[in-house]
Amino acid sequence: MSEKQLCTQCGEREGVVTLNRIEGGTVRTDHLCAKCAAEKGIQTADAVADTPLGGLLAALGTDLSPTPASGAGEATACPGCGATLTDFRESGHLGCDLCYTTFAEPLEELLRRLHGSAHHVGTSYSPPDAPDRSIEETTDSLRERLKQAVDREAFELAAELRDRLRERE
Amino acid sequence: MIDLSLLPDGGLRWLEASGPGSHLVLSTRIRLARNLARQPFERRMSAGERQRVLAKVQAAAANSDVLRDAVALRLDTLDLVDRRLLLERHLISRELARLERSESEPQGGALLLHGSTAVMVNEEDHLRLQSLESGVDLERAWQQVKVVDTELGQRLAFAFHPQFGYLTSCPTNVGTGLRASVLIHLPGLVLTKEINKALHGLTKVGLTYRGLYGEGSEVVGNFFQLSNQTTLGKSEEELLEDLGRIIRHVMTMEERARQVLLRDAPTVLEDKVWRAFGLLKYARSLGFEEAMNLLSGVRLGASLGLIKNVSMYTLNKLLVFTQPAHLCAVAGEELPEDAVVIRRADYVRRTLDEEVSRARRAEGGSA
Repeated sequence: MSEKQLCTQCGEREGVVTLNRIEGGTVRTDHLCAKCAAEKGIQTADAVADTPLGGLLAALGTDLSPTPASGAGEATACPGCGATLTDFRESGHLGCDLCYTTFAEPLEELLRRLHGSAHHVGTSYSPPDAPDRSIEETTDSLRERLKQAVDREAFELAAELRDRLRERE
Repeated sequence: MIDLSLLPDGGLRWLEASGPGSHLVLSTRIRLARNLARQPFERRMSAGERQRVLAKVQAAAANSDVLRDAVALRLDTLDLVDRRLLLERHLISRELARLERSESEPQGGALLLHGSTAVMVNEEDHLRLQSLESGVDLERAWQQVKVVDTELGQRLAFAFHPQFGYLTSCPTNVGTGLRASVLIHLPGLVLTKEINKALHGLTKVGLTYRGLYGEGSEVVGNFFQLSNQTTLGKSEEELLEDLGRIIRHVMTMEERARQVLLRDAPTVLEDKVWRAFGLLKYARSLGFEEAMNLLSGVRLGASLGLIKNVSMYTLNKLLVFTQPAHLCAVAGEELPEDAVVIRRADYVRRTLDEEVSRARRAEGGSA
């Protein structure tokens, strides 16, 4: 584990971005503070940590905004977790497994750019016959998710969760 | 502090230097990212949901043949030094270790460890299954982690999509969820300035390289982690084959570079190697990066047979035990940086002295 490093550029602030470069056959490591990194057009550690896809998502820009025909608009919330495409663009992370179905079309394009393919050809998997739904479907967890949905103002999801709660009660 | 005697071999079997190609390769790791179906991914989970996922995984593990006797460590009950210790042993990721003060406690985060296989719970994905082997052994690592995957997949409903495969929090891991990485020592290529050529074009074949601690870490001591970058569109076997082919190629290049150095600049090489040995053997203060670079020199000397009395196992052990949290663990207290550099030099000196005298005794005994 390396100790804290000062910014290689300004020598004043703490380096938060580590840059490994191969130059003339040797590996050179630079540490940059957030300010110097930003000046060089590099994202700060915070931004990188939050969005590992940062650069790519930014580069995709409007590409990730689906066309009206795709059915999933910018404000469409995932029925599983309430996440929107805007959430994904900001965080670089999907909210739950249903996000992959909800945002399938814009995701396909992104996956092609990331992996050169949008189709899994590896091991196939079927979940156990009688999946234990105790995690997602306990009354407590439904209540908790309902509260979160209301806090986030994801009212469509909240309505669905409320219906599921009523069914149980 | 954490009681590492709870772990059968301290989770350090990968240090043995017993696997194939151990003179160049420290370890092979394969991890599979898995999530539970119909459950928010890690970043959108509440504290209660994290605990329930953990309970579920623990129950499945207890019912499985392979993880029944696994040691379980709850990361939210461990202090910072202990989490750092597990990171230094390559047993948990930076994400799970949450080392920055600004980061919240890893709630519901856990490590299940059994032999060379482990499961991280509530990391970026609900589950990260992994196997860690000594040397370059993709096949063995794959067989090991596959057993864990099969057993847990029969007891838990993993999130899987017919088109996208195993679903992950970050789309960079979707599909197979597989990341295989090989930690390789390439001083010959760095010294002959061929490293650029060797690593050039890795991304074109879906591979990448990183430093000692994976994503975002520095390259120190000429240790490179080579791994697959893409996880979708190829089968697990294809991904491993592609990585294996490149590793063999890079290993051949490294061997060739070392032969060139021995042939064209033997004195320069010997001088470099023995200077490194001398500094490690007599220094009274050693920074981390300095120690890593000197250990790299001694490692090169030992694998070329120039330094005869130091084993790869001891050098591997030095790499791990000279890290800050390990030095603090041995001291039994948190140490300031100016004390760490002194302890590091002490530890290295003592270990090398013991190793050299053991080798001398063995020579004397056999004479």
